[in-house]
Amino acid sequence: MIPGEFTYHRPSSVAEAVAILVSHGDEARPLSGGHSLIPMMKLRMAAPEHLVDLGGIADLKGISEDGGTITIRAMTTQHELIGSDLLAEKLPIIKETSLLIADPQIRYVGTLGGNVANGDPGNDMPALMQCLNASYVLTGPDGDREVAARDFYEAAYFTALAPEEILTAVKIPTPPAGHGYAYEKLKRKVGDYATAAAAVLLTMNGGSVASASVALTNVADTPLYAADASNILTGSTLDDATVASAVAAAEAITDPASDGRGPAEYRTKMAGIMMQRALARAADRARS
Amino acid sequence: MSDIEQIPVTVTVNGKKVQRFVEPRTLLIHFLREELNLTGPHIGCETSHCGACTVEMNGMSVKSCTMFAAQANGAELTTIEGMANPDGTLSALQEGFRQMHGLQCGFCTPGMITRAHTLLKENPNPTEEEIRMGIAGNLCRCTGYQNIVKAIQYAAEKLNQPETQEAAE
Ligand SMILES: Cc1cc2nc3c(=O)[nH]c(=O)nc-3n(C[C@H](O)[C@H](O)[C@H](O)COP(=O)(O)OP(=O)(O)OC[C@H]3O[C@@H](n4cnc5c(N)ncnc54)[C@H](O)[C@@H]3O)c2cc1C
Ligand code: FES
Ligand code: FES
Repeated sequence: MIPGEFTYHRPSSVAEAVAILVSHGDEARPLSGGHSLIPMMKLRMAAPEHLVDLGGIADLKGISEDGGTITIRAMTTQHELIGSDLLAEKLPIIKETSLLIADPQIRYVGTLGGNVANGDPGNDMPALMQCLNASYVLTGPDGDREVAARDFYEAAYFTALAPEEILTAVKIPTPPAGHGYAYEKLKRKVGDYATAAAAVLLTMNGGSVASASVALTNVADTPLYAADASNILTGSTLDDATVASAVAAAEAITDPASDGRGPAEYRTKMAGIMMQRALARAADRARS
Repeated sequence: MSDIEQIPVTVTVNGKKVQRFVEPRTLLIHFLREELNLTGPHIGCETSHCGACTVEMNGMSVKSCTMFAAQANGAELTTIEGMANPDGTLSALQEGFRQMHGLQCGFCTPGMITRAHTLLKENPNPTEEEIRMGIAGNLCRCTGYQNIVKAIQYAAEKLNQPETQEAAE
């Protein structure tokens, strides 16, 4: 299992990296943690002629908050997300989700940028980013543009990213203090991709839901933001009938594959169960 | 021979600085085993699942089958060959694996010990649950893990005794 040949580039700035992508077009690919790309190169499902290693760009690291927006630079690893005090305080769902990804070795090197840019429906961060209404900063030869996570994914491995662009940062609106959250993931074993998973973010006002956001992982060829389910929950008291109809609305938008993780019907049902569990835990955690 | 230029890779492995010229597609595991003759890190699955190829790179545990040698350029690496105490005696972890029967065939052991080494540096007092989650990226087909967990607990205990702390450095 040896990858095909390529020319290795290690730029030290984003501008330099973009210039390399521009000059090689489709034949070049960025390399971040490599823990999705290298396995695909070993299987020769990917055979880029030029690899642009982003590992030498210091500017692509770091987590900061400014004016109600948390910005996570693309090369921040899952291990760094887990260890961040800022995220533990303001966005604890990121740590909860990161700990359910792969295993410790992979989390040391796998990056947030690579996870969301990859376009594999099995990745956990994309649905989480849709749940949090994040946007991605894409940097190309003409500068930066921002695309909402909810608009970014087109089909498996097809995204809004152009071949000469680099995803340089993820921007997340800081949720209000006291928000409820949960990421529930069903997997066959530690380190497995989700059979189905659900991210939930809630704010409560008295006994009723002030805002709700639900997104699902690995039950379609893209991550799914469950807009109808989120709307149904908003304003409710999370009574059984409302929860049941929101879960049904979320299940209705799934279109999973039947594979080693189970038949499609099962995975749809499990998406509903994950959502229900995440909702219950989020409601428990939410402070009015 | 390909027309792609070989690139220099310089790393410090087990305290020794080495440089080799390799094809860019050379994986770190092949660099260690074939260029440097360090055959302690094993190739189990080649698919980032088993952890037999685990080495320490700049204080992180990494699966060297899923990294190009070029990505490690400039890094400090430690493999199982660098685990023994400087005087050649067994480290607390190595001793733990021996005392607690933490291995049977031994294939997973280099990866287990290198991983556990980094785990104990980050978390010198892990709970059993933390040990189990900490080695979740390392598969063992023989032991059923019980004795591996005990071996790591043995090492943690030993390293936490003040008189042995120096030897662990
Ligand atoms: C055994 C195993 C189990 C795993 N389990 C899970 C899991 O449960 N959940 C999960 O979410 N992930 C899982 N992963 C994937 C892992 O989290 C990857 O690290 C992650 O998907 C990709 O991040 P990376 O930094 O390694 O990206 P890379 O592999 O370097 O890149 C992935 C893709 O994105 C592109 N890319 C990377 N960075 C950028 C950028 N900044 N801008 C534009 N394009 C970019 C690359 O060209 C490539 O096409 C697993 C991986 C393995 C090997
Ligand atoms: S050989 Fe690297 S993880 Fe199995
Ligand atoms: S001792 Fe045989 S694989 Fe672990």
